[in-house]
Amino acid sequence: MKDRPNILVPSTTASHGNATAAEKVSIRDVCFYYGETMALKHITLPLYERNVTAFIGPSGCGKSTLLRILNRMYDLYPKQRASGEVLLDGQNILAPGQDLNLLRARIGMVFQKPTPFPMSIYENIAFGVRLYEKLSRTDMDERVEESLRRTALWEEVRNDLHRSGMSLSGGQQQRLCIARTIAVRPHVILLDEPTSALDPISTAKIEELIYQLKADYTIAIVTHNMQQAARVADHTAFMYLGELVEFGPTDQIFTKPREQRTEDYITGRFG
Amino acid sequence: MDVAAQNTGVIVADAAALSRNTFWDGFARQLTRAAVILVLIMLGGVMVALLDGAAPALKTFGFSFLTTESWNPVTEKFGAVAPIYGTLITSAIAMIIGIPIGIGIAIFITELCPRWLKRPISTAIELLAGIPSIIYGIWGLFILAPLLQRYVQPALIDLFDGVPILSDLFTGPPYGIGVLTAGLILSIMVLPFITSITRDVFETVPPMLKESAYGLGCTTWEVVRRIVLPYTRTGVIGGIMLGLGRALGETMAVTFVIGNAHKIAHSLLAPGTTISASIANEFTEADGVLYTSSLIALGLILFVITFIVLAAARLLLLRLQQKAGN
Repeated sequence: MKDRPNILVPSTTASHGNATAAEKVSIRDVCFYYGETMALKHITLPLYERNVTAFIGPSGCGKSTLLRILNRMYDLYPKQRASGEVLLDGQNILAPGQDLNLLRARIGMVFQKPTPFPMSIYENIAFGVRLYEKLSRTDMDERVEESLRRTALWEEVRNDLHRSGMSLSGGQQQRLCIARTIAVRPHVILLDEPTSALDPISTAKIEELIYQLKADYTIAIVTHNMQQAARVADHTAFMYLGELVEFGPTDQIFTKPREQRTEDYITGRFG
Repeated sequence: MDVAAQNTGVIVADAAALSRNTFWDGFARQLTRAAVILVLIMLGGVMVALLDGAAPALKTFGFSFLTTESWNPVTEKFGAVAPIYGTLITSAIAMIIGIPIGIGIAIFITELCPRWLKRPISTAIELLAGIPSIIYGIWGLFILAPLLQRYVQPALIDLFDGVPILSDLFTGPPYGIGVLTAGLILSIMVLPFITSITRDVFETVPPMLKESAYGLGCTTWEVVRRIVLPYTRTGVIGGIMLGLGRALGETMAVTFVIGNAHKIAHSLLAPGTTISASIANEFTEADGVLYTSSLIALGLILFVITFIVLAAARLLLLRLQQKAGN
């Protein structure tokens, strides 16, 4: 069995696109196990600062798993473990002794389905902020408004801030979840198929939002929708059966893939 | 033409199936409706029987039945205050002890416990529910009460001596049996109800919702406190109410350990009685219409208390929902 995919990984700076971007997150030789099953095989991959990196690939290829390594969500479950290194600003987050709660506050995550908390819209956002910051009432109001404005939700909910977050529509809920994530001012945002449960209009709004958030955040997005990857991502990683097949600037992946398997996938021949 | 013929055939076959289905659908509908009506009739019957049986006592004593403490079969003066007080106070003790422990166990099972331990613990808790209440009674009388008498109650009396309100609650000779002991036994008996229901509703919380909270940097405690409990509050309150219902009505175990004294003592260590314990103890020896009727009136009061508790729980849930903005 081929254990280590023989692929080209760009060095610390991208040769295309945003050439000045630094490596915010470096995934180095990461393997992941569900019990005895090896789900990820020696993944090495950079996430560039203030860039959107998309993970694409057929179902079960390990792209969501990879995302869940980045905030160590897998730690919640016994029998799941990772090896290798993930450096966030040069610090290995897979090392033992990490403050997981602090780490997760620095690396926000948005899920496939909207997951508003069972509380008001205002509280949904203030909740996460309160965990790590002590803000005065006016500062908190400002933070909530700012987060809702950034996610283009403010005008829609400004008069119902005390309504339950669960009473919003699906698209609004997902934007609320993104607002909640950015309100704690993370460094990195992980999006796990954020639009898979949404209608096309909501999807377009989320994609627009991702494009704007890129100015401040390093973003990793898992998506099944290749057009979406092409639209929002600066870099794209194609994964297959737990291996990283190819990583590069999105333009290059979609127009001149180096690997046959990548070409087969993006042209719809399998997956 | 071929097509038309085929279609006709299909339609005929469908019609036969349809009529057959309609028959069974109708049958099922009537059957389930009959079940509902049966329950309503039984409920009505119980209420009528209670009212009818309680009528002599209520006519004789009127409202003073609810305000009199004396319970004297010789002079045939009956009042329900002592058993009502005993019922409420033992249930309150059971809830004060049972709710935190029950929910605590449920949290441990769903959030913290290693997987291999989950089933043994759950099974053990559910076995508690399977123990007949008479066993609890015997155990309470012969094991728990002497232990309490020898070690716990003297310690409590010493501990709270001189503390304003608490010294009044824990005073007097340590009998072993009494209101506190009954409350303790009840708390053990309601535990499996509270635990198994809250555990089941905790498990309905979508993992993704919990992960979202962990993803913001929540600790396990914050996830439980701010996400799991609010998300499941209807079910949790339901579990508590089920436990409370059991505590209010529990008869056998309480009768064994409460001491059966028709008086209200301010000390929790003193003997008392509950509605169901009074009825169980005295029904066989109740001679005379008024005595029997007074016991039935007690039963009616228990029925009303249970109803009020259920209604209050509904109201509470409604208020909570309005507050949450739904």
